[in-house]
Amino acid sequence: MTTKDFTEQGKPQQERKNLLEVKNLKTYYPIHGGFFKRVVGNVKAVDDISFTIKKGETMGLVGESGCGKSTTGRTILRLIKPTGGQIIFDGEDITRIGGSKLRKARQDFQMVFQDPYASLNPMQMVGDIISEPIKNFERRDKKELEEFVKSLLVRVGLPETAYYKYAHEFSGGQRQRIGIARALALNPKLIIADEPVSALDVSVQSQVLNLLKDLQKEFDLTYLFIAHDLSVVKHMSDTIGVMYLGNLVEVASNKDLYSEPLHPYTQALISAIPEPDPKLRKERIVLQGDVPSPANPPTGCPFHTRCPMAQEICSQEKPPLKEVRPGHHVACVLY
Amino acid sequence: MTSKLNTPAKTPLLEVRNLQTGFKIEKQYYNAVEGVSFKVDRKQIVGIVGESGCGKSVMSLSIMHLLPKGIGKVRGGEILFEGTDIVGYNEKKMNNIRGKDISMIFQEPMTSLNPVFTIGFQITEVLLNHQDITKNEARAKAVTLLKNVGIPRADQIIDEYPHQLSGGMRQRVMIAMAIACQPKLLIADEPTTALDVTVQAQILDLLKSIQEVNDMSIMLITHDLGVVAEICDVVLVMYAGKIVERATVEDLFENPQHPYTQLLMEAIPKMEEEKERLATIEGLVPSVKDMPAVGCRFANRCPKAMPECMQITPLLEDTKGGHEVACLLYEESWPKEERVGAR
Repeated sequence: MTTKDFTEQGKPQQERKNLLEVKNLKTYYPIHGGFFKRVVGNVKAVDDISFTIKKGETMGLVGESGCGKSTTGRTILRLIKPTGGQIIFDGEDITRIGGSKLRKARQDFQMVFQDPYASLNPMQMVGDIISEPIKNFERRDKKELEEFVKSLLVRVGLPETAYYKYAHEFSGGQRQRIGIARALALNPKLIIADEPVSALDVSVQSQVLNLLKDLQKEFDLTYLFIAHDLSVVKHMSDTIGVMYLGNLVEVASNKDLYSEPLHPYTQALISAIPEPDPKLRKERIVLQGDVPSPANPPTGCPFHTRCPMAQEICSQEKPPLKEVRPGHHVACVLY
Repeated sequence: MTSKLNTPAKTPLLEVRNLQTGFKIEKQYYNAVEGVSFKVDRKQIVGIVGESGCGKSVMSLSIMHLLPKGIGKVRGGEILFEGTDIVGYNEKKMNNIRGKDISMIFQEPMTSLNPVFTIGFQITEVLLNHQDITKNEARAKAVTLLKNVGIPRADQIIDEYPHQLSGGMRQRVMIAMAIACQPKLLIADEPTTALDVTVQAQILDLLKSIQEVNDMSIMLITHDLGVVAEICDVVLVMYAGKIVERATVEDLFENPQHPYTQLLMEAIPKMEEEKERLATIEGLVPSVKDMPAVGCRFANRCPKAMPECMQITPLLEDTKGGHEVACLLYEESWPKEERVGAR
C-alpha cells in the first residue's frame, strides 16, 4: 500500500488527459397529452451542457432539486437516451453506440446511488450483489471470485462475513459501502456518485466521504460527484459545475468558486448555506420564489426570474457559458 | 389569557423534567428517551440536535401527546407547560392545547397536509376550532395568514389543493396553520430538511421573523448544526435518548465540551476550510433494545473513553457559567459519591 501511495503522489499533474468529455448534451423528456397521447411538449431536463473531466479528478455537480444534475449523470451512463450532443469517454464517442458495444463500454463506468435502502436487492446475499457485475463480464473460478469479493468488502470497511448476509442486516452507511463495493467490482475508470451521502447522518457521511477519497487515490478513479450540498461537493471536488434548470451556469475550480463566485445564482446558493458558526450569521441573499418548471422555462437566461441583478436583456437572450478568467466559466451577461 | 396572568413571570414556558418515553417491543417497554430535563423560556429558540434515532422526535411527540397509541408511552417524568403538568391530560384537554398554545410543523409538508381538502379549509378548521368566529371571518383571517407567511396570490391559493403547491409553499402553508392561533410554543421537527438550500433560507428567515413578531418560543429539532447556528439561542445535543450537552449557541460552537459534540462538528465539511479528511465517529448508535444500563452511552464510540465510562453514568451538570455537559472528563459530571475526594 505504501509504495503504491508513493508512486501515485509522484505522478506529475500535467500528464492527466481528459477521461470524459460532454459536448452540448441535451436530454429532453417528452410530455404526452391530449388525444392519442401525442407529444405536446418537452421537459428540458438537461439543456445544452458541456464539460470535461480529467483522469483521476473529481467533478462536482451541484444544484437544487429538479435542476437536471441526476439526469446528466444518468445520461452519461447511457441509462437515458440523450436527445442531442456528444458524450466522449476515454477517446470514444459513446453517444449512439448500442447493443454489445455499449454493454462492453459500461464496464468502465459505474454508479453509486443515493438511496442505499432501495438500490440493493433485498433477496440477494451481499456476496451475490457484488459478484453479479463480475459474472456478467468474466468467467472466473467460483472460489477465486468469492475471495476477490471478500477482499473488496474488507477494502470498503466491512467484515468478510458480510458476504453471507442480506442488505437489511446493515445500517445505511454500511449499505452505502456495499453499493461502493459493487461499483468497484469491475475496476471501472469513472464512478458517477449521485447524492451518495444525502441519506446518511453526518458522522456516517464523513466515513463514506473519506472512503471515497481513499479509493480514488488507491485505484486512480475519476468521479462525477452529484449532490445538492455545496459544502460536501466542495470538499470532494477539484472542479465544480453549478446547474440551474438544466443549464450549467458556472464552472470553476473548487477554490475559485467559493472565494469568488461570479454567477448571481452561485452567490445566492453559497450565501444560503447555514454555516455551523453563530458568529458568521450573515446577511443572506434570499432568493424569492421557486425554481420555474423545466417544462415551461423562462425565455432568455433561465435564472432571470429570481435574479436580484436581472436586466432587461436577460429575459431576451440566453447567455452562453464562457471563460471569463482562466479556468473559470460563467454564463451571465454581467461578464 | 387569565391563566397567563396567574403564572409568575419566572415560570418557564415549557419545562420537561426527567422525561422517559418508551416503546413496546415484544411485550416489553424500552426507553427511547431516558430521563431528559430541559426548559424553554418565553421568546426563546431552543435547538435540539442529534443524529437519527437519538430520540429528538420522540421527545416532541411526547410533549404533543402524539405518540403511536398502544406502542409508545410516556413512562415517567413531567411535562410542565406554563407550570401545569400535561402528561396526564386526556384527549379532550390536549385538543384545547394543541394548535392553540402549542403547535407543531413537520418535516414532510406533503404528508402532513390533507390532500383532499383545500388549503383554506385546513387553515380555517384550526381557527374555527379554537376561536369564536364566523366562517367568513375565518376565511379573511386565513388569507391574511397566508400573506404573512409570504404566499403570493393568497386569495387564489386559498382555494387550491396541496398538490398544486411546491415544497417550500407547502411548508409555508404548514407554518400558517401552525401560527393561526398565535401559539406560545411552536415545535418544528426538521422543518427544512426536505427543502432546497435557497428555500431553506427563506423558511428560516420566516420562522425567525414570526417568532419576533408573535413573541413565540420555538423548539427546533434538526440534525443540521448549520441551521442551529443560524437561528437558535440555546442548544441541546442529544445522543441515544439522553442530553449530553446544553449551552447557549455561542458557547457551544466556540467551546464544545462533550466528545460527541466535538466530533459532530469536525465531521461536517465546511465551506471556508480545506481539509483532506473529515473526522468520523466509529461504530453506530446502539439500538434501544441493547442500551447499556449504566455508564455513558457514547463510551463504546468515544475516542476519549476511560474504563470508568462503562460503569459510572455521567450527570448533566453545569461546568462553567451555564454550559452543561454529561461527560466524566469533567469533574462536575461525576456523581457525588464517586468523586475522587469522596472515596
